[in-house]
Amino acid sequence: MKKPKLLWLQSITCNGNTHSFLNHPELFSILSHFELLYHPVLETAHSLEDLNAKRLTCDILILEGSFKKNGVKKLGIEVLDVVEYYAKEAKHIITAGTCATFGGMFKTYDPENISGFCYDEEEQTSRYEMYASKLISLPGCPIHPKWLSYVLMMLVYDKKIPLDTMHRPQELYNITVHTGCSRNEYFEWKVDTKGFGLKEGCLFYEQGCQGPYTRGSCNKILWNDVSSKTIVGTPCFGCTEPTFPKTALFSTKTNMGIPAKMPLGVPRRAYLTATGIAKSFKIKRFEERIITYED
Amino acid sequence: MKIADKKALKRESIIQVSLQLFSSHGFHRTTIPDIAKKLGMSVGNLYNYFSSKDVLAKEIIKYTSEVLGDEIRAVNMLEISSKDKIEKIVTIYFTMAKEKPEMIEYFLRVYLSHREVFKDGCEGMTCVSGFITEIMIFFDDGVSSGELRNQDFFSAFGLFMGYLGGMVFLKGEEILPHSLDDYIEDISRNIYAALKSE
Repeated sequence: MKKPKLLWLQSITCNGNTHSFLNHPELFSILSHFELLYHPVLETAHSLEDLNAKRLTCDILILEGSFKKNGVKKLGIEVLDVVEYYAKEAKHIITAGTCATFGGMFKTYDPENISGFCYDEEEQTSRYEMYASKLISLPGCPIHPKWLSYVLMMLVYDKKIPLDTMHRPQELYNITVHTGCSRNEYFEWKVDTKGFGLKEGCLFYEQGCQGPYTRGSCNKILWNDVSSKTIVGTPCFGCTEPTFPKTALFSTKTNMGIPAKMPLGVPRRAYLTATGIAKSFKIKRFEERIITYED
Repeated sequence: MKIADKKALKRESIIQVSLQLFSSHGFHRTTIPDIAKKLGMSVGNLYNYFSSKDVLAKEIIKYTSEVLGDEIRAVNMLEISSKDKIEKIVTIYFTMAKEKPEMIEYFLRVYLSHREVFKDGCEGMTCVSGFITEIMIFFDDGVSSGELRNQDFFSAFGLFMGYLGGMVFLKGEEILPHSLDDYIEDISRNIYAALKSE
């Protein structure tokens, strides 16, 4: 089988997705299925000069970082110009990370001029129409290495990847970060955590957790194969969402004690009815520590 | 009419008659035979619908909460200011106190006064969620639009509902010199003044 040609290009980026992918325990096994034309930190057959000369062809283009129309150059060449050349060439375009997908963190620097490749937050950019048919969105800050390997291996074996309306793989993004969270019992019974880092309590009510309305599989495909933000006691920051980044990440915005944002797809009336009832009961187990240490 | 529909109607009429009797004669002084007699049905048949007086008492509070909740829900659906919604909610509450006094009386004189009956099965907000949910939505909308001040839910809830309940209680005790209608405007203004954004 001929190996697909893989090209990883960066625009305005912190390298977060590059570094995240390097943590994949099967990194080289995965890459062995591809002819890696260029990668920002791994040794590859071609240089940035080769890329800028537009002499190569690629099958899968991975984009990292947000995009600005003018003024972002590498070796004196506009990055977007090179990116668009290979985007037209590629059979598949993967926007790896929230910056490449929606604009992300770097968009806050110049919101008017910086965006994702095909989306500017939730709005489609002028490029969208041209590339939509081959676009796969992988938002996340950073993406989990296994989200990317899932997509890459599906492409290698020519498997169809069901996508949602924003081109995100449904397998990864049609659940929320809340799915699989070890604190779900506390969420069900509306027991808030008493502080960061504790094993007990839910982070949604006061600590700013965005897990219940953030699309992502952080609690299904664990980070470093062992854990996640919410499991260790830090709120989900909603990093996969078009609206990322937000401010006041460690406190929940409430209107008279009612969370201003409801869990994904849950009508407010249904949520308030269920929570009102759940809150009416005190479940002893959820008021206690999971582990009691003797002095 | 289907048997299930007939049963539902009968069930509702039991709730309404018991509501009147409990509110006017008191919870403890009203017996299941009293209720059955007023409905013209046998005691045995009434037990087919509600297995005990306590169960009936809990169903009534759920029923009244749903009725009041439905009325407030209709207000919540309106595209009007929180200020106008307050006046509508006050009007609904006082109208209900006037036209269906047993509803409010039941809440004040049975539900709040006989906690031992409700402690199992009506914990916290369990049996009044139909009403509480709508009040929450009213507050949430008001704060979201910037019209109401963001504050603790119970501080606002106590101010609003405690005030209305207190007025109806005073009316029930025949202490109020005027009809409840005469107080709607002032009370609505007071509530708004206490809840609005600074």
